[in-house]
Parts: sequence; structure tokens; C-alpha cells
Amino acid sequence: MAKIKYIEFNGTEHEADVTNGLSVMEGAIQNDIPGIDADCGGGMSCATCHVYINDDEWFKKLPEKEMGEDDMLDQAFEPKYNSRLSCQLIVSDDLDGLTVHMPEKQV
Amino acid sequence: MIKTDVVIIGAGPTGLFCAHQLGIIGLKCEIVDNLDKIGGQCIELYPDKPIYDIPAVPICTGEELTNNLIEQIKPFKFNFHLSDRVQELKNEKNKWLVKTLNGKEFETPNIIIAGGVGSFEPRKFPTKSAEKYDGKSVLYSIKDKTIFKDKSVVIFGGGDSALDWAIELSNSSKVTLVHRRDEFRGVPASVQKIKELSDNKTIDLITKYSIKDVNGNGSLESVEIKSETGESKIIKADYVLGFFGLIMQLGPIADWGLNLNKKTIPVNTENFETNKKGIFAIGDICTYPGKLKLILSGFHEGALAARGCFKYARPDEKYRFEFTTASSTIKDRLGVKE
Repeated sequence: MAKIKYIEFNGTEHEADVTNGLSVMEGAIQNDIPGIDADCGGGMSCATCHVYINDDEWFKKLPEKEMGEDDMLDQAFEPKYNSRLSCQLIVSDDLDGLTVHMPEKQV
Repeated sequence: MIKTDVVIIGAGPTGLFCAHQLGIIGLKCEIVDNLDKIGGQCIELYPDKPIYDIPAVPICTGEELTNNLIEQIKPFKFNFHLSDRVQELKNEKNKWLVKTLNGKEFETPNIIIAGGVGSFEPRKFPTKSAEKYDGKSVLYSIKDKTIFKDKSVVIFGGGDSALDWAIELSNSSKVTLVHRRDEFRGVPASVQKIKELSDNKTIDLITKYSIKDVNGNGSLESVEIKSETGESKIIKADYVLGFFGLIMQLGPIADWGLNLNKKTIPVNTENFETNKKGIFAIGDICTYPGKLKLILSGFHEGALAARGCFKYARPDEKYRFEFTTASSTIKDRLGVKE
């Protein structure tokens, strides 16, 4: 279990306890947190669960991107160096306290 | 004006199997899809990815599933209207008048929306200033490449479309290719070619930059790009091209007066009709208590929606349930010999 903080583009904060094994994307969807669309349902084929990890230490601590994630991020709305697809961030105790920021929009 | 029993919006697996069910019960349909090919998400997003939960098919790819569904509806000879989009619906008595982007018109008592998560549209630049030039000098697809001859063209993107066009246009235009990172997702041969063209100064290659603004006075003059570390550059541009892949948008469906729940359409589970009489929604785009976004659920929904269409298409006939194994009428429709 990990406490994940989701911050919408307008600054609205949401906190959710997400079960280990779920993705950060699923944590948002299951808790009705707006700002993550996840059109493809976690298949890493749509880039609509895009988030920023603004805290550099957290960004470095996260598991590295697998092949294909950066390719999808090329197609996201305003990708930056600290962009991740939240469907690829699998929750474990190590992610307790993670904060993700959402982009202005997903599509 | 094409008169038909049903217009299906969306040629993904759900729309295709629904067409099959319409054919089985003797109704005609016309199928419209925004993509240039049949198959929807299965073809556009994951043609090679294996699917493991189609009943009685232990494993198949999106492409195989699509090809089998196309084969299955062949006997009915339904028309597909690809690279087109249903734009406008008008209700007249008990009919819907349907207009597409390309100017096709249908008259039908039934519309089945099997639109997935919406239609695929190119992702556009996030900059507001680019909208002013959209379709004129800011483009997301190329119809006529001769317009770029001897012009300055700035291309954004790192996939095959961006690379292919940068290579192609470098023959007769001044090309700058801008990408947000050093790596490209295009095929290795194109990436290699781009590096050669950049080394011999045929094209300008700028990485780790993205678009900031477009500038012009009536006509486009330049594009400003920015790096993540805050530097910016201005490049002279007659045309700016963006190739960032496709995104799915609900599009005109949102304007038809249908109840919407986020990006989905609530339906009843008896025949998947929406709040509008004669408009049904099936597959990923519909929602109801317990909805699962599975292809098999889309098949079920399509079968029931097809029966729902029958009463509006044949108001004077009584629908009769029949099995394909037993019915000679169905076998005739399928063109199979006993």
C-alpha cells in the first residue's frame, strides 16, 4: 500500500491509498480522480495517462522506463524530461509518498 | 441520399460483429469510420499485440481478429465509408438524416454508435497561436507535397511520419526537423538517413526542443522553439508540420443531444438504446452498471442492439429468433448451401 498524491493542473490535490500491484493510473481511475484519461486502459498505447514527476529525487527513484514508454510520450500533450506514463508506474511500498502532477490536458 | 436500415458509426470489432448480427436478421447497414482502414483500435493501436480473451480463440492479434470479422460479414456485402466521419444528425418523423464530413447523406431509422473512445484525430500543437494557421500553413497531414517546393518547412516529431516527410521534402525544400529528445522512434533505416542528411547539412536537425509559438502577420513567418532548460530559437518557416500520432476524441458525437457520462454514453441493457429513440451505443463508448470494456461485451451488446433496430426498421413485421445452425433463411442470407 502506498499513499499517492495526484495534483491536477489547476492545483487541486487528491490523495489515495493505492494497493500494491496496481498502477498509479489505476489508483486515479478507481478513486475517480480527474485528469487522467487512460483511453487504452493501461496498454501503453495512447499517452493519455501522462503525468509529471516534479520532484527530481522521486523521478530518479522510480523504476526506469521500459522500451516504448518514451515513444508513447512523444505523442503526449506537452511532454517534458520528467514525464511518465502513470500506467507504467506500478505501486509498491517504495512509492509511498509519491506526488504526480497532471498536465493541462491529456488529449 | 442512401436509404438503409442502420448506420453504424465505427468499424472496430464491435461495429463489425454488430453488422454481422444485422445481416443475420435480414437488415441492411452502412458503416462509417474516420480511419482509412477497417478495424478501429485493434488495427490502429495494437495490430500485432496478442489478445487472449476472445471466446473460443485462445490467442489472436488485433489484425487477425479484424480480418476474421471482415471475412465473417462478407456474405452481406455491406458498404464501408472510410476516412469519413458522421458529422450531423437530424431527426425527421421516424427517420434520422445523417450527414458526413465528406458530404455523404443517409436516411435511416437506426444509428448504432460503436465509436470506441471516439474518432482518431491527429494530435495538434499545444500552442494557441498555431490554431490561426491550422489547415493553411500549420499542417498535421500532407495531401499535396508540391506546395512545399522551395519553401522553408519546420517538421516536429520523432516517429516515422516526421522522419519520412523530412527525408522526402529535403529534396526540394529547406527542412528543419525538431524533436523533443535525442532518440527517434522511426525505423532504423530512416533514423540513419536523417543523421546522414543532418551531417551533410541537407537538413537542420534540432533535438531537445519543442514548439513555443508561431509568428506571422497574416501569413506564417517563423516558429519559435524552446528547450527545457529555457533557451529559445526562432526559425524562419513558411510551413510548420506536426506529427505526434493520433489521439481519440469524442468529436461531433458530443453535439447530438445524447446523455454523456464523462466520455461515454449511458444506455439501457435490454437493447443498448440511448436517451434518443433509434440511436444505440455499443462497445467501449457505452456505459451501464457493470459495464466491462471487453471485446466480447461489445459483441453481446451488438447482438442485442441489432434486434433493437429491427422494430424501427420493420415496424410491421414481428422479429423471430432463429439459430444459424437451423434456419434456412439465415443460411440463404449467408449464401451457404445446405
